[in-house]
Amino acid sequence: MDCFKQGMKDGIPIALGYVSVSFTFGLMAVSAGMNWWQAVLISMTNLTSAGQFAGLDIMIAGGTLLEMALSQFIINLRYALMSLALSQKVDKTLNIVYRLIVGVGITDEIFAVAVNQRQKVGRRYMFGLIVIPYIGWGGGTFAGAVMGAVLPEIVRSALGIAIYGMFLAIIIPKAKEHSCYMKVIAIAVLLSCMFRWVPGLSRVSSGFVIIICAVAASIVGALVYPIPEEGDYD
Amino acid sequence: MIDLQMCFLYLAVMAGVTYFIRAIPFVLCRGEVTNRFLKSFLAYVPYAVLGAMTFPAILYSTDGLASSVAGTIVALVLAFCGRGLLTVAVGACAAAFFIKVVMLLL
Repeated sequence: MDCFKQGMKDGIPIALGYVSVSFTFGLMAVSAGMNWWQAVLISMTNLTSAGQFAGLDIMIAGGTLLEMALSQFIINLRYALMSLALSQKVDKTLNIVYRLIVGVGITDEIFAVAVNQRQKVGRRYMFGLIVIPYIGWGGGTFAGAVMGAVLPEIVRSALGIAIYGMFLAIIIPKAKEHSCYMKVIAIAVLLSCMFRWVPGLSRVSSGFVIIICAVAASIVGALVYPIPEEGDYD
Repeated sequence: MIDLQMCFLYLAVMAGVTYFIRAIPFVLCRGEVTNRFLKSFLAYVPYAVLGAMTFPAILYSTDGLASSVAGTIVALVLAFCGRGLLTVAVGACAAAFFIKVVMLLL
């Protein structure tokens, strides 16, 4: 299947979700002291929710570049796995150049839609699928950055929970379905709470906390509850 | 305020790492990961990351414990019922906003 229009159509629901989350990102970036164009630039060059929010935290806290690189690596490591899976799903119209371009747009949602197609997908479909969410992500960031300032404080602070709501919508169904995921998530959450509340540990910066928690919990999970099913990672 | 030069450095590192993680496997690999430990580890990472990012940060996300807890509970319930990303996010915001308004009026 290789139809630009069909790709665009499949991309619209993804874009809607992106607008709301990127709106919060733009809003948070500007209230942290960034210009609107910096916020938009981050969104247009990264196109990733968890990574951008963590990156923003590190920028605000004045973390090191190593911390930034490591945290982005760990948080976005899942994309490597998705890219692997997606590389088996695309057809021959994606030569190396097109793969380098499409690589920009491999997000959780775009990956999920693309691999769920019955047939292999071509480059025109992939471009269509990526373009609308990309515009939504950048446009939402812009809107949040610009309009955030005129929103009343009470609305702004309430919107701060949006991204975490989205994260819960991703992890809770998975935890409900497979108890092994629930255990791994519980370990990560427990560690993360310890780093926040235990004196001394709370001095470790946020980027490293996420890395340590995620890697430790995932290693325990991989050792104690290795995943039996084929390709069960999405 | 973030220094402009530092901002671009952060941005370059952030975007560079994120891009290469996506592009390199997509360009190079045609085979499948077969190592069971590695496969399991990679499968767990995204959920562990999101879990660690969400808690306890969600409790500090709305400038007020009551509104944050309310939003968290609503998000947990909606997510448990299998609602979509947008619904859960909006529901959490609405609950937090509602509590804030109530507390303002009290």
